[in-house]
Amino acid sequence: MSSTPRMTAADGRYRVTPDPLDSTGVTGLVSAPECGAVATFIGLVRDHNAGRRVLWLEYEAHEPLVLKAFQQIGDEAAGRWAAVRLAIHHRTGRVAIGEASVILAAASAHRADAFAAARFAIERIKQIVPIWKHEHFEGGDVWIEGATADPLDHAARDAAFERACS
Amino acid sequence: MLIRVRLFARLREIAGASELARSVPAGASARVVWEQLAGEFPALADYANAISCAVNDDYARLTVTLKDGDEVAFLPPVSGG
Repeated sequence: MSSTPRMTAADGRYRVTPDPLDSTGVTGLVSAPECGAVATFIGLVRDHNAGRRVLWLEYEAHEPLVLKAFQQIGDEAAGRWAAVRLAIHHRTGRVAIGEASVILAAASAHRADAFAAARFAIERIKQIVPIWKHEHFEGGDVWIEGATADPLDHAARDAAFERACS
Repeated sequence: MLIRVRLFARLREIAGASELARSVPAGASARVVWEQLAGEFPALADYANAISCAVNDDYARLTVTLKDGDEVAFLPPVSGG
């Protein structure tokens, strides 16, 4: 198993870490006097998937590239919704059922943009961020493989914008 | 020239290593490195149309020309969140 270093960028707003995540801390990273709304999304490890009883997940990451992808997502959100600020923290290593694998917060002057940016961010994470989940279930284990990561694929980005605004 | 290779997730398991070093001809692209590895580890071939790559911690195209000492990472389809 490769090592799982702690890495952060943008004053801690972007983080990938083997340590447990803290939603209050993530929210605090984007709150500001001009913000009337913070939307927080927490992704939890679920006890079932595709008919299997899941025991735990093990996350692996290309950490330096993860931080760059988080930065890109933050920039994309700020370009679409003026003055939106994102924070994204993601776990690596073994994560137990019920624990948070990802926590993100989107702050904005008003709730509509905060909700939309948070939805966009989690959709975009699943498209381009180089993190992989290794599912350990009753009777075996399997690498989950989702989207082929292409941060320059504008069609994928636009699909994430569309989901955020629907 | 010598290229450092990083492999992740299922690719790492197939090759049995997270880091490798491979010698390729000067001017080779990331795709040449990938094809050399796929020759060594035939199960990698299943991923030929699904991988992304990064060179020295930046996303890159498989067509990018590598330099001696570059680090190229091959990334299977991602599943964060």
